[in-house]
This record gives sequence, structure tokens and C-alpha cells, in this order.
Amino acid sequence: MSEKKQTEQDKFLAPENKKHTVIGPDGEEIQVDPLNDYFCTDLPKVEAPYKGVLEKFLNWARAESLWVLSYGTGCGSIELPPLFSPRFDAYRFGVAMRPTPRQSGVLIISGYLAVKTLKRVIRSYEQMQNPKYVIALGSCTINGGMYWDSYNTINRLDHYLPVDVYIAGCMPRPEAILAGFNKLKERIKSGNAEGANEYIEKLEWYKANQKKIIKDWNMPTYNW
Amino acid sequence: MNIFPRIVFVLLGLFIVLNWGLIMAGIIRKIIARLGMRRGIKVFQPYINLIKNYSIRSQLSHGVMFYLGPVFRLSGGVGIFLFMPLIYGSDYWSNFSFTGDLILITYFMFFGMLGMALGAGEGGHPYSAIGISRGLAQFTAIEVPMTLAILSIAIQYQTLSISEIVAAQQGGIQNWTMVTNPLATIAAMLSFLGAMGHSPFNVVMAPQENPVGPPTEYHGTFLGVLQTNRAILHVIEAVLYMNLFFGGASNWGVLIIKTFLIYFWSVFVGMVFPRFRVDQSIPWFLKIPLVIGIAAIVVFII
Amino acid sequence: MNELIDHIKARFPIYDVIESQPGQIFVSLEASKLIPMITSLKTNHGFTVLVIFTAVDWIEDDKFQITYVLNNPKEKQDLGIRVFIHRDDATMESIHHLWKHAATFQRELKEMFGIDFPGSPGVDDPFLLEGWDNIPPMRRDFDTKKYSEETYFPRPGRETNDPATFMKQMLYPDD
Repeated sequence: MSEKKQTEQDKFLAPENKKHTVIGPDGEEIQVDPLNDYFCTDLPKVEAPYKGVLEKFLNWARAESLWVLSYGTGCGSIELPPLFSPRFDAYRFGVAMRPTPRQSGVLIISGYLAVKTLKRVIRSYEQMQNPKYVIALGSCTINGGMYWDSYNTINRLDHYLPVDVYIAGCMPRPEAILAGFNKLKERIKSGNAEGANEYIEKLEWYKANQKKIIKDWNMPTYNW
Repeated sequence: MNIFPRIVFVLLGLFIVLNWGLIMAGIIRKIIARLGMRRGIKVFQPYINLIKNYSIRSQLSHGVMFYLGPVFRLSGGVGIFLFMPLIYGSDYWSNFSFTGDLILITYFMFFGMLGMALGAGEGGHPYSAIGISRGLAQFTAIEVPMTLAILSIAIQYQTLSISEIVAAQQGGIQNWTMVTNPLATIAAMLSFLGAMGHSPFNVVMAPQENPVGPPTEYHGTFLGVLQTNRAILHVIEAVLYMNLFFGGASNWGVLIIKTFLIYFWSVFVGMVFPRFRVDQSIPWFLKIPLVIGIAAIVVFII
Repeated sequence: MNELIDHIKARFPIYDVIESQPGQIFVSLEASKLIPMITSLKTNHGFTVLVIFTAVDWIEDDKFQITYVLNNPKEKQDLGIRVFIHRDDATMESIHHLWKHAATFQRELKEMFGIDFPGSPGVDDPFLLEGWDNIPPMRRDFDTKKYSEETYFPRPGRETNDPATFMKQMLYPDD
């Protein structure tokens, strides 16, 4: 990386992530570059699926146990809590909420995405483990919706993340979201939902798009 | 019995206990759902979750202790199982129980907790650290009344062998520890609520407050191991309480019914009472169950 | 309310007094007199709540209007104070010493309108627009549509249709 580009990136770094010196227990000075020392700089690898009956069985298990990251980005996040109420009861489809990205396999982008939120979404998505799926709610994630000419919301989500299922509407009601979950299940069972591997294969394209939008990119290239 | 047939029966017993633990978790979730006028999960959902977690493709580790945390936790659960006599009077299902197994089992209950603490601590997530500090503090408070109750039983029956304690309770309900030593039973059953981690005492893993606590960073196979352990641990701790207070089991049917009822006790209380904060739960354990536990010992010393 | 206005009028050069609804009055004031006036309103007249604090871009007059709406909870009165500043060197005195939460309003105004409030805590930190590199988006010379089309690029080769004209062509091709 050239010197100029380096300083450009450093401008946006949080104070604790800038290069600094730490004084060790014996009084020695240690140079720390947090982005390289504290974060993993490796890029992910494609994890090939198994073949035949085994993969079919595992895909069935993955489809019947969808753990959703409880993270709402826009107005659609208010449609998610009723899913787990007695009236809609998403548990009977094997859908459950997990509060941590490590354990969840489904990321729901619930509505418009501001640039500031997109950054957090990318971090959450990259912290999830392969295989992972993305459901996008509402017209805002398809073409911008009513925010198509806004200065701060993205227009097409699949420039930045591989999307498995779009659920149209503004906002889709919980019934539509349940239908979307069933669509996702079909897709997983048919073996087509390889969004995580697609993301890794086309990582350069996705990263170029993301960095075009997020001008203060102050994190590692891939947030493990 | 020879060592090899015994190992076969131990593995078979472990398999049965694991499956019963998973099915029991499913049945209980189904009952809770029906209470809430929902259809709820499938009964076999815990199996599906387990298969899914073991089939996650990518894993990442934060270091050696992170790797060993779930292993320690599982060895804690399996360790309790190994020394627990399951069926009274059956040489096949008494595992590796020996004359001092009660002491060893109380030790193993804390072992998994400590291993998990080291592992989750290396995960580096702040919520893990909060969950661990709460969990260890609360579990220490739980252990005190439980140990007092166990000591009370040891004094009562003059033995530290679970098999002998079960043998002393045979011959009808009037011989169960529940009847002959009610104070120790109450103290132990109150501490059982905390050990199971249901509602009043689930601040350690409460998803709404500190997102799932110690296992925040665990995923995939790590989480699968933890889930396996939880299924085993829930059954085997219920078996421990069954052996100590409720007359043991003379066959698998009785074991299944009794463990279900004992476990359901913690779920029942959990459905009724809201969650305690950790600064409320620890004083609670150090007040009511502790006093009852001391009383249970004093009664037998005098 | 009128007594209050008379009282203020005697001490501060206010003009354009408009009673927009009963109990709600808007007045205009010179920017330099703002701090003394709202300090006096807060301490002497019971206007203890800063309800909202925002700006309007009058690009034709080359001015920003900053509106402070104060509320008197005891008398149930609202008083809006408008001040006008030049667009070119848009700088205003900070009022964070009177209300702490004014610092957040000022941070947002700095980001959205480019109005500077020297001395306000954290006024230069990004509020919503992290890494923004254009003119502030709420200024009226900022072309939102153009910026959006340039930044949030559509896929090449893709046409977008205005739904109204598109449906008209589909349904009534002859008209």
C-alpha cells in the first residue's frame, strides 16, 4: 500500500486502532499496528459443499433450523417481533432468533439501509459462519423504494451482499415474511443457496462496491 | 463385571441419556409453547439444531483455551455421568460408581463451569466476560446450599456412596429422603433451580441482557458440543437429585418419569417467576436455601 | 403572552411577531442578541425547555434561518425565536451551556447544513454521514438526485421507468 493511501485510510481510524506504542511490563516500548496485529488479515476460502445424499441431508437440517440474527436495519425490524408472538409463531418453522452473529445463519435486512448501517451490516455478515443466508425485506432493498433518490441510502442491496430471498412490500406483513422463510427453505433444500461461497468467490467485486460507498473504510478488509 | 462389557454399557447409557435429554428439551419447549397458545417447535427440533450446528462449514478459533472450553464443559457433563449409578440394583447400569462418588460428582459440577470460563474468556467478547463473572458468582452461591444438603444426607445415611443412599431409600415413599429429611430436600431443590438455569436465575445466559453470555463467540461444532453437554447435564443432574432425594429408579421407565418431573420443576418455577438480577439472586441463595441447609445439618448433629 | 412580548420588546430589538396559534408566538431577532435573550427567557420567564432547534436554508436571500423553539411548561407557552445568518460564513454562537442536549442539535446542524458552532462539544464528529465528502446535504444547492445516481450506481444496462408514464404507455399506447 502506498504511503498516501495509508495516511488516507488512517484518517478515519478510531483512536485505539491507530498505530501507537504500548509500554510493556518491563518498561520496553512495543510498536502496535492494530489493524495488522489485532485483526485477522487473511481472506476467507471457499468451503465446498459435500456431494450427494449427505449434503441433501445436511441441507435439510440447515433449512429446518434457521437461526436469525436479531438485528434490524430499517422500519421492517418492527415486523419481526410479531413473528414470534402466538399469532404468527415462527418457531414452528424452525426459525429462532439468536443475539450473536457467530451462531446465526440468516441475516434479515429489514428495509432501507443507510450507509452508516451498511458498514455494520457488512461486519455482522462477515462474522457469520458459512453457510449463511440473506433475506431482504421491502422495496428499499430491491431498488431503493421511496428512498431511491436519497443522499444516504443505498439503492440495490445485491451490489453489496449476496441476497437469497427478496420479500417485496413496503413493508411486507409477517405472513409475507413467513412465506419468505418457506421460500428460503426450498432454496436451501434444492442446494442453490450458496450465497456465502458466492460472496467469497466474487469478494473483489463486492469489496470494490462496498468501498465505493463507504468512504471512511476504517476496518480490516474482511471482518472475521 | 469385566471392564469391556462395562464400557459398552456406559456408552449405551450415555447414548440413552443424550437422546432423552434432547427429547426432553423438545417436549418441555412444546409444553411451554402450548401454555402460550402457540404450536411451538417440533419435538425433534433439538436434534435438527444439533445436526445443523455440527454441519457448519467454517469454524474459527481464538486460541487453544477457546478450543478446549467446550471440551472441558463436555468432560464435566460426561464426568458426572461416568460415576453416577443410573438404575438401582442393576450391575449393568451402575457405570463406574464407587464408595466415594458423591464427592467426585460435586467436584465435576464445578469443573465444566471453570473450563468454560477459561475458554469463553479467550473469546474476547465483553459479554462473554460479563456472563462468566455472573455465572461463576451465581454458581458459587448455588453450590453452598447444595453442598450443605448433600452433607446432611451423608450424615443421615453415614455414607458417601450414591448406591448405598439409594439402597437405604427402598421400600416405598415413606423411606425416601424427601420424607425422612425434608429440610435437605428443600434446600437442594431450591439450588436445583439455579443449577438448571431457568428463568429466575438465568441472567447468565439471558439473550435480552447480555447476548447469550459465555457462549457468545461459540459457533458451529463448538456450540454443538455445548448443546450436547447441556442435554446430558440436564438429565444427569436430575438423575443425581432423583438418586439422592426421590428413591432412585429401578428401571428406565421410572428414571425417565422421575427425571422429567424433577426437571419440570425448574421449568415450572421459571414459567411463573420473572428473572432475578445477579445481585438479587446471590443474596437469595445465601439467605433462604442456605438457612434451610444449615438447619438440615443441625437437625442431624443434634 | 402579550405582556411577555411587551416586556421583551422593551429590552430586545425583536420584530415580525407572529402569533401562529394561541399560546405560540414566533419572533425574529438579530443573531448577536440571541444569547442574552434566551438566557433571560430561561432564567427570568420560565422558558426552561428547549423543544427543537433547527435551520432553514433561504438560498434566494443568501441566508440561513435558525429557529429555537422554547417552551414554558408552567404557563403552557411556546416561543419560537428566529435568527438569520449569512450562508457564506455560517457561524452561530453555541447554546450548549444552557441546555446540554443542544450540543447534539448543533452537531447535526454542522453536518447537515454546515453551520458551525465553535466550542460546542463534539461538533465536528460525524453524526449520520460517516466519511461525507460533499457539501452538506440539507443545503438546497446540493442535488440529492444527482448525487444518489452517481454514488448508488445502478447496474449497467438497466433502465428505470417512472411508474406513471410506464403504466400509461402500457395501458393507453394510442394517447
